[in-house]
Amino acid sequence: MSLLHVAIIVPFLWAVLTPLLSGLLRRAHTGWLVLPVPAVLFVWFLLRIPEITQGKALRSSVEWMPSLGIDFTACMDGLGLLFALLITGIGTLVVLYSIFYLDKSKESLRHFYVYLLLFMGAMLGVVLSDNLMVLYGFWELTSVSSFLLIAFWHTRDKSRYGAQKSLLITVFGGLAMFAGFLLLYAMTGTFSIRETIAQAHDIAGQTLFVPAMLLILLGAFTKSAQFPFHIWLPDAMEAPTPVSAYLHSATMVKAGIYLVARLSPVFAGQAEWFWIVSGFGLATLVYGSATAIRQTDLKAMLAYSTISQLGLVMSLLGLGSASAFFAGAGDSLLYAKATAAAVFHLINHAVFKGALFMAVGIVDHETGTRDLRRLGGLMRLMPITFTVALIGTFSMAGLPPFSGFLSKEMFFTAMLNVQRLDLWSLRSWGVVFPAVAWAASVFTFVYSMIVLLRTFAGKLQSDKLGRKPHEAPLGMLIPPVVLASCAVVFGLFPNLLTYSLLEPAMAAILPDLLAQGERFHVSIRLWHGWTPEVFMTIGVVLAGAALYKLYGRLNVLQRPKTGGLWLNRLYDGGLGAAETFAYRLTARYMTGSVRHYLIYIFVFFGVALGAALLLSNGIRFDTSRYAPVSFYEAAAALFMTAAAVAVPFANSRLTAIILTGAVGYMVTLFFILFRAPDLALTQIIVETVSVALFLLCFYHLPKWKKETARPRFKLFNFLVAAGAGAIVTLIALGASSGGAFESISHYYVEESYRLAGGKNIVNVILVDFRGFDTMLEITVLGIASLGIYALVKLRLDPPLPRKPAEA
Amino acid sequence: MEGLMSLCIGILFAVGVYLILSKSLLRIILGTSLLTHSVHLLLMTMAGLKTGAAPLLGEKAKAVVDPLPQALILTSIVISFGVTAFFFVLAYRAYQTLGTDDVEELRGDEDE
Repeated sequence: MSLLHVAIIVPFLWAVLTPLLSGLLRRAHTGWLVLPVPAVLFVWFLLRIPEITQGKALRSSVEWMPSLGIDFTACMDGLGLLFALLITGIGTLVVLYSIFYLDKSKESLRHFYVYLLLFMGAMLGVVLSDNLMVLYGFWELTSVSSFLLIAFWHTRDKSRYGAQKSLLITVFGGLAMFAGFLLLYAMTGTFSIRETIAQAHDIAGQTLFVPAMLLILLGAFTKSAQFPFHIWLPDAMEAPTPVSAYLHSATMVKAGIYLVARLSPVFAGQAEWFWIVSGFGLATLVYGSATAIRQTDLKAMLAYSTISQLGLVMSLLGLGSASAFFAGAGDSLLYAKATAAAVFHLINHAVFKGALFMAVGIVDHETGTRDLRRLGGLMRLMPITFTVALIGTFSMAGLPPFSGFLSKEMFFTAMLNVQRLDLWSLRSWGVVFPAVAWAASVFTFVYSMIVLLRTFAGKLQSDKLGRKPHEAPLGMLIPPVVLASCAVVFGLFPNLLTYSLLEPAMAAILPDLLAQGERFHVSIRLWHGWTPEVFMTIGVVLAGAALYKLYGRLNVLQRPKTGGLWLNRLYDGGLGAAETFAYRLTARYMTGSVRHYLIYIFVFFGVALGAALLLSNGIRFDTSRYAPVSFYEAAAALFMTAAAVAVPFANSRLTAIILTGAVGYMVTLFFILFRAPDLALTQIIVETVSVALFLLCFYHLPKWKKETARPRFKLFNFLVAAGAGAIVTLIALGASSGGAFESISHYYVEESYRLAGGKNIVNVILVDFRGFDTMLEITVLGIASLGIYALVKLRLDPPLPRKPAEA
Repeated sequence: MEGLMSLCIGILFAVGVYLILSKSLLRIILGTSLLTHSVHLLLMTMAGLKTGAAPLLGEKAKAVVDPLPQALILTSIVISFGVTAFFFVLAYRAYQTLGTDDVEELRGDEDE
C-alpha cells in the first residue's frame, strides 16, 4: 500500500463520507466539502513531476486475487501522471464551478457529488492501474458513474434516454475490451501491462494477436466516441454542464485515448494498428467537424467538436505508431512527432474544451437557453465570459497565439510527414492524410466561429430570452478564466509543458525508441518559420472565413437539423427490432399451451434418443436369447395391445376408463406369466383403486361440458406419438438383445436366506438389501396423501367465477 | 417373447403419448397411466423373461427369474400410484374450481 493507492482510494472514501458530512453541515453547499479532495490530489501529483521527469516510475502492488494473477498494482509513469493531473486539476475547477452552477435548494447535491467522486476515483484508477483486470474494473466504474451523472435530472425523459444509450454503448465496448484483455492474457500469461509490453515482440505474430487488438480497440473507440460509436456523446449532453465539461470533454472520453496510448507499445508497428487507429481517427475528425456546423444547440455543437478533436488525437496516435516500426533507425524520431502532437493536443483540448463548456454553461445559466437561434449580442453584457469563449474558440480553431495553434501546426507536420513513409501502401495513400486533415480544420474553424459569433456578436434578442442576461457570479467565472489563462500560457510558453509532461508521456508511449538513459527532446516554438504548415493554416483561415460567410447567407443555421441522424435511427431501430424480435420469438414458441410444450419435449426425446441410438450402433436385433412365445402369451399380448389402441378411439369417457383398466389387468396377467407374484398382487389392487378414482373423476365432470363426441384424430400428434413409441421399442429391443455383463441378482438369490433370513427374495430386497428405496417410497405415499387431504380441505381462495360455456 | 413384448411396450407408449397430447385432462391422466404400464413392462423385459421359477426360495427350483427388476417395479408401481392419485384429485379440484377439463382453456393471463 503506497500513497499512490491512497490517492486512488481517497475519492471513494470521500464519496462514502460526503452524504454523512453534508447531513451534519446543512448550511454549507456540499461542494465545499468535496473541493479539497481533487485540490489536494492535484498538488500531490504536481509534486511528483520531478521524480517522473527523471525517468522513474512510481510503482507499488497490493495483493488482491493472487491465485488469478490479479493484483492491485498502482503504477505512475509520464502518461499516467499527465492524465492524473488532468483529472484532478480539471476536477478541482469543475467542483468549484458546480458549487455556483447547481442550486443548493433545488438540486440533490449529495447524489451529484457522490457520483462525481466515484467517477474521479474510477478515472484515477483507470490511468494508474498496471493490472489489466483492475483497469477493466475501474473502466466499468467510469461507465456506471457516468450513467448516473448523465441521468442526474432523472425525471426528464431525454436524460434517461441519453444515459441508457451511453451505458449500452460504452458497456458493449467495455465487454469487448475485457475479451481482448483475456486474449492478451492467453498469449502472455500475465495481466500486468508492463510485463505484457516486455513480451510484445513474442506475441506479434500469434493468431490471437489481431483479434485481441480489434477487441481492445472496440473498447477504446466506444469510450472515446469514435465514428460510428460517437452517437452517445451528443445525447449525453443532457447532463448538467459541469458533468459535460468534466466527463465529456476532459476525462472520460479520453479514457479510450489513454488505452490506445498505453497499449501502443504492445501493438504499434503493425499495419493493422496503424490503419485502424489513424483511419478511424481521421473519419471521426472529418465527420465530427462537418456535423458540428449543422447544430443549433451550443452543447451539441461542442459535443460534435469533442468527437472531432478526439478523432484528431486518435489519428495522431495512429501515425505515431509508425515510428515503432522503425525503432532504432534515425527516421523514427521524425514520426514520433505525431505522438508528441497527440499528447500536446490532448492537454490543449482538455483545457480549452473545459473552458468552452463552462462558458456555455454560464450563457445557459444567465439567459435560460443554449439555442443559437435565440442567442446573440452578449458581448457587452458578459465581457468576461466572452473573453473566455474567444480564447477557447480561437484555440480550438488553431489560431495564434493560443495553445491550439501549436498543436494544430504539429498536427499538420505529422500529416505531411506521412507522405515520407514508405510502407503499408502509404506511398499511394499518404496524400489523403493532409488533405483530409486540412478539410477538417476548415470545418473546425467554421464551427468555432459560429460558437463565438452567433452567441456574442450580432443583436441581442431580448424578447426570445427567458431572463435578463448579465455577467455570472465571480465563483462561476474563476474556473473558466483559469482554464483560458492556461490556454494562453501554454500557447506563449509551450516549453513549460514539454519538459515536465510531454517528454515523460512520450517515453511511456514509445518505450522502444530510446536507449537506456536517453530522453526525448521535444521543442515547440510559437514561430517556426515559413513552413508549409503555416501556409496551410492561412488557407484554413481564408477558406473557413469564406465558408462562414456563405453559410450565414444560406441560413443553414436556421434549419433545425441534427447531424448523425441516420446513425441514431439505426441505433434506435436496431434496439427496437431486437426487442420486437425477442418478443415475437418468445410469443411464437411460449404459447401457454401444455400440448405444445409436450410436443417439444417428445420431439426432442425422439430426435435425441434416435440420434444417439444411430450414432452408437445401439439398434440391435438379436433373437438368440429370446424366450419362446406360447399361444397363450401371444393372445394376452394381442388383447392388451388392442385394449390400449382402442382407448383413443373410445367414444365416451367411460369406455376409455374401462379400456385403460383392462390394460392394467392384462399387465397383471403378464406379471403372473413372467413369474412375479408380488407384482401381480400389487398391480391388481392398485389398478382397482385407480379405476375407482377414474370413475370418481368422471362422475364429477361438469355437466354442460360432458364430452360424448368422438375426439378428432390428429395426424401430427399421431406422428409424434408413433415416433416416441418406435424409439422405445428400439430401446427395448436393443436392451434385451444380449447384455454386456451378467446380472448381480445371483447374489440376492444366494444370500437372501443366509443373510436376511427370508425366502421371498423380492420382499427381502425391498425391506432389507434395498430398504432405503422402500422408506422413501413410503414417504412419497405419505406426502401424496397429505397433499390430497390439503387439496380437498384447504379452500383459502374464494372460487373463481365460472366462465360461461363457450360455444 | 422379448421381441413381442418390445413391440407391445412401444405401442403402449405411443398410445400413452398420443393421449397425453389431447385436450381433455382425463385423457391425459389415462395416458400417463398407460405410459407407466409401458415402462414397467420395459423394466421387466430388459432383464430377460421366463428364465426360471418365481423368486421364492421355497420352490427349490434350479433357477429363478431376476428378482431385482421386480423390486424396482414394485417401488415404481407404488410411487406412480401415489402420483396418479394426487393428479386425480388435482384434476377433480380443477373441475370444481375452474369448471373445465380442457387443457387448452387452462391458460394463464395473456401477458404472463
